[in-house]
Amino acid sequence: MELFLEYFYPFLVGGILCAIGQVLIDYTKLTPARILVAYVVTGVILGGIGWYQPLVDFAGAGATVPLTGFGYLLAKGVKRAVSEQGLLGVLTGGFTAAAAGIAAAIIFGFIIALIFKPKDKS
Amino acid sequence: MNLTPNEYQEMTKKASPGTKSYKTIPMAFLIGGLICSFGQFLTNLYQELGMSLDIASAVTSVSLIFIAALLTGLNLYNKIAKFAGAGTLVPITGFSNSVVAPALEFKSEGYILGLGAKLFIISGPVIVYGITASAVYGLILYLFKLY
Repeated sequence: MELFLEYFYPFLVGGILCAIGQVLIDYTKLTPARILVAYVVTGVILGGIGWYQPLVDFAGAGATVPLTGFGYLLAKGVKRAVSEQGLLGVLTGGFTAAAAGIAAAIIFGFIIALIFKPKDKS
Repeated sequence: MNLTPNEYQEMTKKASPGTKSYKTIPMAFLIGGLICSFGQFLTNLYQELGMSLDIASAVTSVSLIFIAALLTGLNLYNKIAKFAGAGTLVPITGFSNSVVAPALEFKSEGYILGLGAKLFIISGPVIVYGITASAVYGLILYLFKLY
């Protein structure tokens, strides 16, 4: 039962966050790019006011894998950096926390785009 | 046939196929949920290998980004995305896909302004607004001594 819940909560919370995204696609004119931006900024705000941490504690990857989790990570990183470096931390915190993800996306993206051929447009 | 713009709008609304939300929303929930469960599986695995929770979550993100980049290169990600909708957009895999797909598509326009620039066409705004929001938050923390 414990093992089931360990995967059920991430499934539930991650699923709900994606379902909300689908509602936005179906019922508003928001493009995918706008939805991604909205999710990240929402994550920063919810992380900043401390509402996202309980969700992370509850659902683990269900809260950290969606892009709101990326925003939460930025907020968390800035908070830590400001407490350690003061004003400089305002600038360093976000990128420091997100460094692995951003670098991975750029590097893997670059290599894959180099190796593979674009799909046929037919 | 004379139509006011409103009447015309009504007509196109009736003629265009409606979004089948009773299908798309559960599908997004299912696929998105599965991706997150898989993320949880990876996080648990990495923790068992001796990583701390923070490191394990970061390595999980990197793993998911790699898998999604590879699936995009193999032209499989967009096939899943066709029926998963936001289920493959909202997770970090969607961010990865948004980097690789345009980079690959615009490779023909050159390696610098094609691949190199288009890589950021969607991820760029995400980073711009994410980092700016985080800096605003950091500034508030600093000014009001909330840290």
